[in-house]
Amino acid sequence: MARETPEINAGSMADIAFLLLIFFLVTTTMDVDAGISRRLPEKQPIDAPPPPVIKQKNVFEVIINKNDDLLIEGEYKQVKDVRQLAIDFIDNGGSIGNPMLSLGETEGKPCEWCQGAKDPTSSDHPNKAIISLKTDRSTTYGTFIKVQNELGAAYTVLRNRLAEEEYGMLYTDIIAALEKDKGNESLKSKRNYIRERYPEIISESENQ
Amino acid sequence: MSKFNKKKKGLPAINTSSLPDIVFMLLFFFMVATTMRETSVMVAQTIPTATEIKKLQDKRLISYIYVGEAKDEAAYGKGDKIQLNDKISDIKEVRSFIFAAREGVNEDERDYMTTMIKADVKCSVGTINDIKKELRAINALKITYSARRGEVE
Repeated sequence: MARETPEINAGSMADIAFLLLIFFLVTTTMDVDAGISRRLPEKQPIDAPPPPVIKQKNVFEVIINKNDDLLIEGEYKQVKDVRQLAIDFIDNGGSIGNPMLSLGETEGKPCEWCQGAKDPTSSDHPNKAIISLKTDRSTTYGTFIKVQNELGAAYTVLRNRLAEEEYGMLYTDIIAALEKDKGNESLKSKRNYIRERYPEIISESENQ
Repeated sequence: MSKFNKKKKGLPAINTSSLPDIVFMLLFFFMVATTMRETSVMVAQTIPTATEIKKLQDKRLISYIYVGEAKDEAAYGKGDKIQLNDKISDIKEVRSFIFAAREGVNEDERDYMTTMIKADVKCSVGTINDIKKELRAINALKITYSARRGEVE
């Protein structure tokens, strides 16, 4: 009669696995890195030519002072007002813009996709409209991010609107689809098309 | 009636032989879905919430700068502190930190490197501006202000 091999006692297997599991739970993180992305302006050489003069009407001035008060174009405002004011400013389309080189334009054209008030005292064109965010040294970071978020949201609203008109799909959906399908050229060209028409121009500086 | 009396008294033992399998499955899930914590954060971190956030994909290409008040106030004092790697550092060390991070990345991927500023909601923008000035000086232009998805109150 063949000798039976004794069965290995697997009762403690669960304990071992639990121990490993708990170790991994403690030492690892699951958070996805996310945030508001911005690009810093390039460093200018000392002998750089002076920057071109920008018309006052093409600058949307947002100031956060040291008490976290918000001043937009010289008036006290609330954070919740920022989005609409920024939209009105960017989408104004009062005059002609910078020529879009990728389309082979040699001279600027008026903004055909803008639906703003076409106020001659506000911005000329989305690609000329600059948002200048000035902060004080002791401005709270939380407030700064809130305002940044609203400014970003203004661009998203406009981009979504244009994408809906052009492609029947939201800009944010294009971005989400592109994240899943990285090499998709048609989505990429759609994204670039929208981005070119509403470029995000936000300048951050410190109040002197 | 004897048919029904055959059962022994007392509850039958629950079969636990598949318990290890279940736990191992959980274990593998966590091993795959998470990443190792690399640094222990030594500054207070209440990350702001925002709605217009973008996810960053490749952790290898991100350098983290933590800003906030030191948790160990007795050792480091009050005020905003900058943490690079595992220690609280001076603003001047940001440059060498970024250079060191660049060294660890392939040359063709360096353009995609991002600096993530993980700052506490209560810290001052001046500290962030100092960091931005340093980053600008060494041409590390892509930055991300860390934020969680959520409603802005």
